[in-house]
Amino acid sequence: MSQEMLYCAAGIALFGIGMFGVIVATHIIRKLIAVNIMGIAVFMVLLATARHGAVTDPIPHAMVLTGIVVAVAGTALCLWLALQIRLLGRGTKGEPPR
Amino acid sequence: MIPLGSVNIVLPLLVGIPLLAAIATTVVDSRRWRAGISVTFASLQLLLIVLWLVTLQHTGADAAYRYVLGGWNSPLGINLVADGLAKVLLLITAVLVLVLSIYSAIYFTDPAKTTRFWPLWWLLVTGLNAAFIGADAFNIYVALEMIGLAAVALVGLAGTRTALTAALRYALVGLLGSLCYLLGVSLLYRTYGTLDLAQLATETQADPMTAASLCLISIGLLLKTALLPLHFWLPPAHASAPAPVSAALSALVVKVSFYLLMRFWLDVLTPATTELAMNLLGILGAGAIFWGCIAAFRAQRLKLVVAYSTVAQLGYMFLLFPLVAASHSPSSITGAAAAAVVYFIVAHALAKAAMFLAAGNIQMFNNHDTVDKLQGLARTQPLAVLTFAIAGVSLIGLPPSGGFIAKWLLLNVAIGNGVWWWAIVVLGGGLLAAAYIGRVLHVAFSHPVAQTIDTDNANAARHPPGGMVLCALALAACSILLGFNAEWILNLLDASVEPPIPGVGGMQ
Repeated sequence: MSQEMLYCAAGIALFGIGMFGVIVATHIIRKLIAVNIMGIAVFMVLLATARHGAVTDPIPHAMVLTGIVVAVAGTALCLWLALQIRLLGRGTKGEPPR
Repeated sequence: MIPLGSVNIVLPLLVGIPLLAAIATTVVDSRRWRAGISVTFASLQLLLIVLWLVTLQHTGADAAYRYVLGGWNSPLGINLVADGLAKVLLLITAVLVLVLSIYSAIYFTDPAKTTRFWPLWWLLVTGLNAAFIGADAFNIYVALEMIGLAAVALVGLAGTRTALTAALRYALVGLLGSLCYLLGVSLLYRTYGTLDLAQLATETQADPMTAASLCLISIGLLLKTALLPLHFWLPPAHASAPAPVSAALSALVVKVSFYLLMRFWLDVLTPATTELAMNLLGILGAGAIFWGCIAAFRAQRLKLVVAYSTVAQLGYMFLLFPLVAASHSPSSITGAAAAAVVYFIVAHALAKAAMFLAAGNIQMFNNHDTVDKLQGLARTQPLAVLTFAIAGVSLIGLPPSGGFIAKWLLLNVAIGNGVWWWAIVVLGGGLLAAAYIGRVLHVAFSHPVAQTIDTDNANAARHPPGGMVLCALALAACSILLGFNAEWILNLLDASVEPPIPGVGGMQ
């Protein structure tokens, strides 16, 4: 039981670190990594929740699987946008891409 | 569970129809076919909802409709629910989707763009419908992400550097918001062991864990609704998207997260809310009204004016929370304050969509939308300026318009509960809205200066096709007509209201 609580607390701490990163970081890749850390933090909390003594609750596992798919799609979309901005910025003398 | 009638299949169809349209528009390989399919599906969807609502009115069926997907009931399976609130929002969504689909069919001429636009557009609609009828917190998360990802891609469709930067910022804010929401939902599941909103509503207690999850869910949804300190991403994203996308974002997408806030604060997690927090939301809303109006008055581009006006109008919706706190009503989600705000949502959706489409037509005609260079527009584009003015009347809240009735209902609730200072906010916001709309109309009606026709821009500029002008005008006309027949929207909501709404009776 205490191990499960430890995982949960670590997950929440990790969420805080990720959120700090999203707000403070200036480079887009750093921001994206921070968002992914936040996602993993939520998954940790969910996986810790799934454990009820000897039996395992399948619902949080299903949620984590869905969450992973969403995180991959979101990250891919952000990376594509960042790449397009970079490619567009090369032609003109615009400010450096963030 | 309500016995399965033949109309009960409507709820899964509302998610199925747009999803099918998304697949069909991906498969088909011609611009005309894609547009035709989309308009057909949008008409079907509207027809289905109208028939469904009419049937419900006649049979006098129960207020909340529940559909159990695949026969698996709530702790494990997925349920769909539509109460009065959801019905109104589904109807207004279907109306706007049809008009905006017709507009987009004319607006997007580049075949490469239509291949990307239509599937994303229908995924957005799927997400909207799914979020309105979702009955468990995790499905709502999935719907929110669907809306978020489709909306970001649609903003980026404009392809300019400004649009892509705005889209990227929107994407990051969206991901941040939905992760906060998801952590809140995980904590709820940890505490109560269920995700079903109806079950949560019966079990919720006012303990610190619930308060923490409400806080996280609220931060996530406020980020997506763009309430004052968190509004920074909205104006660039809404202003740089293609015109029909801007209209959908301002009229529908921000309303989804507000609708969910309403759900969680007034229905599901009510014991964990405090009067102080509700008043704080109201103060932030009042701040949004004033700051949004001032920023709209100072904005250089027409679409930015309209986007900042959305920030201001979203502020009015947050007056719901202090009004509910003041009324101490037990059924706050179906009470007078909620009815006023839902009416406001519908009125704003129609007026704002009309305004964004008019701004899009003006931008197409001039190939720019710098407000200070729009002199003489009333002579060259009279219908676009007329549309803008009519929508403006509703946004300011002048009679007779939907906006007027909405503000009247809000004032009634504020004064009826003795919280007159919120009435001052509503009236003051109307005056400020008149200022920024007046500024645009003043420029449009002034005499053209000699060099208004820019030779560089003249080549790219073209007259917006008649269909686009008509779509904008039709929406503006709807926003006025809404003011003439206030009863039917309130009746739709009434299905779940036990006591008659005080204050409404005196008005009709």
